[in-house]
Amino acid sequence: MSLPFIIIAFVTLFAAAAAMSLRNLVHCALSLVVALAGLAALYLQLDAQFVGFAQILVYVGAVAILIVFAVLLTRSDATPNQAILAPGWIVGIAVSAVVFATLGWAALNSPGLPKQMPPAPEATVKNIGDLLMTRYVLPLEVIGLLLTAALIGAVIIAMRDDAPKPGSSRGNEAHSSMKLEPPHVGCYGSGKNGGGI
Amino acid sequence: MTPLQGCLLVSALLFAIGLAGAVTRRNAILALVGIELMLNAANLNFIAFWRYGPHPEALTGMMVVIFSIAIAAAEAAVGLALIIAIYRHYKTANLDEMKNLKG
Repeated sequence: MSLPFIIIAFVTLFAAAAAMSLRNLVHCALSLVVALAGLAALYLQLDAQFVGFAQILVYVGAVAILIVFAVLLTRSDATPNQAILAPGWIVGIAVSAVVFATLGWAALNSPGLPKQMPPAPEATVKNIGDLLMTRYVLPLEVIGLLLTAALIGAVIIAMRDDAPKPGSSRGNEAHSSMKLEPPHVGCYGSGKNGGGI
Repeated sequence: MTPLQGCLLVSALLFAIGLAGAVTRRNAILALVGIELMLNAANLNFIAFWRYGPHPEALTGMMVVIFSIAIAAAEAAVGLALIIAIYRHYKTANLDEMKNLKG
């Protein structure tokens, strides 16, 4: 194990532990950014350049911003003054310690794990693109569909769906126009949804 | 300890940290962050086994990680949208106070 690996691993693990244990949620999100960037550095150490930079783009760039947005939108950016851990937290810590012990024991005692690194494979973007367009084209399409559905679903879930207030003029107007002219029912529906955003 | 075992230990510890956070923290966003950490630990395992495995030129582990990152992004988007929708209803992001399934 090289010294850079040990340093990056310590930074990553320390930042992950901080992200899970700090009181203020904004500090947690920033520690999470450090942990994810450390993971990207670990990927670069393991000669997976494309994955490392994808990790930085997706996690450090997008997911961390999403989490900060969620922290601010749910107004949990102030330091909470009640307990931050759920009542049964000792059981949770014990379960995760048991999980770590099991995984660590398996990693240290498995026979037949390769001892040294084989020569670095040629994992260029061209090779990855070739594979994505030939052997993995079906999973790629499925992932594209999944991402589209998930993002549309996220927008619909997070959209404010309460109807406009009874006093608002727009709803009343649309309602009366629907009564007078039945062909405008479609307009009423779209107007109501549009007013809800 | 071989380098592969070092990677596996790091990812096991990362998984345990994420699990502990997801199970014990009261805030829903932190639970989601813990799940993200667990996903990342699994990704690190895939990359480590790909790099030290017998056929790294097939790029299988790397492909799994690329797809897994895409799925994790979708999961984060949907999860945070759910948290925001729940916050709008209950006016809290505290998991202990979300007791009713029916609005």
